Amino acid sequence: MLTDVSRPLPKRTPVNAPFWEHADRQILALPWCESCGKTHFPPSPRCPHCLHDAFDWRPASGRATLVSWVVFHRSYWDGVAADVPYNVCLVELDEGVRMLSNLVGAAEEAPRYKMPLKVTFTDRFPDLILPVFDAA
Amino acid sequence: MIDPRLSGKYAVAGVGTSAYGKFPEKDDFHLAADAFADAIEDCGLDKSKIDGLAVCRVPHYAPMAEMIGLQPRWTLQLPPHGRMSGISIIEALAALDAGYCDYAVLLYANIGRSRRIQYGGEESPGFWDPWGFTSMGAIHAMLFREHMERYGTTTRQLAEVSVAFRKHAVMNPSAVMREAFTIDDHEAARMICDPLRLLDYCLINDGAVCLILTSVERAKDLKKKPVAIAGIGAQDALRHASYPQADFWFDALQKTADQVYPMASVGPSDIDALMVYDNFSPTVLFSLEGMGFCAPGEAGAFVEGGTLGLGGALPANTDGGHLSNSYMQGWALNVEAVRQVRGECGARQVPDCEVVQYVAATPCTRSIIYRPA
Repeated sequence: MLTDVSRPLPKRTPVNAPFWEHADRQILALPWCESCGKTHFPPSPRCPHCLHDAFDWRPASGRATLVSWVVFHRSYWDGVAADVPYNVCLVELDEGVRMLSNLVGAAEEAPRYKMPLKVTFTDRFPDLILPVFDAA
Repeated sequence: MIDPRLSGKYAVAGVGTSAYGKFPEKDDFHLAADAFADAIEDCGLDKSKIDGLAVCRVPHYAPMAEMIGLQPRWTLQLPPHGRMSGISIIEALAALDAGYCDYAVLLYANIGRSRRIQYGGEESPGFWDPWGFTSMGAIHAMLFREHMERYGTTTRQLAEVSVAFRKHAVMNPSAVMREAFTIDDHEAARMICDPLRLLDYCLINDGAVCLILTSVERAKDLKKKPVAIAGIGAQDALRHASYPQADFWFDALQKTADQVYPMASVGPSDIDALMVYDNFSPTVLFSLEGMGFCAPGEAGAFVEGGTLGLGGALPANTDGGHLSNSYMQGWALNVEAVRQVRGECGARQVPDCEVVQYVAATPCTRSIIYRPA
């Protein structure tokens, strides 16, 4: 583990805490509305579809498709400076929602548009378990 | 639907700017006061007639009004987002038409260079920070990567945008960056967020802009030829505002085009000059596709060979834009639109320029078409 590299820690709120608590246990979870049954991401205080306020957080399939990716050569935070260049990807989960994440392994080596991905977890940053994506 | 009766009824009567650059000895109020004085000089309006004030990125309307001696009956404070330039002008039209005011002053100031604003990181915390994603530039980089993959667009095609706008800035004595560069220079520039390089990013500089709007009838009594607002269009794309839009804002741009062109009784082929929001170069390509200047996916080929340059098929950002003139978040582009219709642009004047369009492809997409009153 690199000790001189860090990432900004999540700002945990009542709304997003379940996402990060699942991530701490290496689970990628999504909020499913207890009223209309739909999911959404990122977390919201009310269901953006029906405005209900209670959600069932369940593990996602972890399968996703690569939509786009970039490589940061500039650092906007002190702890990130030692990590540049690093990638950020935009993926579409099989559940239909999109999220930003990082590519690792074969997907980082050779990203391809629309390549299938699977979630994995990295503990290389202090005090942070982060869901990231590798080639499926 | 926007009332078509508004077309040609209201005008930009006066425009003004501060100097552009780095002014650590001034603050944003000071720069805005400079721009206001310049606009009053431009149109000769007796400032005691001003009864409307909207400020954007100026920190507070009250000290601003006090410093320039205004006593408005319509006052509006807008957040410091670039998309608010078009929004401010459109809101001012509604205020004029409702009788909330007869003369609206719109003031924008940005002191980002002297305050070392970096538009990312701790300044703008967000949900995606733990993955290292921040800054608007990265959103445009993400979108451009998808455009490259989906349509085969190249960074050399993208370079046409920055190269053309810099050529215009060379002809603009007020521009911050006035040294020409080539497509090869663009390709060799420092990478910021791959696939975007330094020359795809707008400047960060200090400056301020003022627009004075009133009815065409009232504007005719002032010094300068009134420039009428012939068409406006608006569509937001906020449902998924926290990550890059899947469609390059195409749907929002199309819905905006469907309003702005019929209202102004023109189409894309009638546009003599285009002022297109260019915080990052890819959004220029997205705007061209969404407004119908070319088909989806074809903007890369469309801009090849200097299309956007003076003398090209669609001269754009004749002042140099955000990329080379000044990062005035859409405001200076609207000033340039007015000056082009007036015929005041000297070496960079588009000949016989009568129809000028402003467009900003953002999560709050807006477009305005200017014509002689």
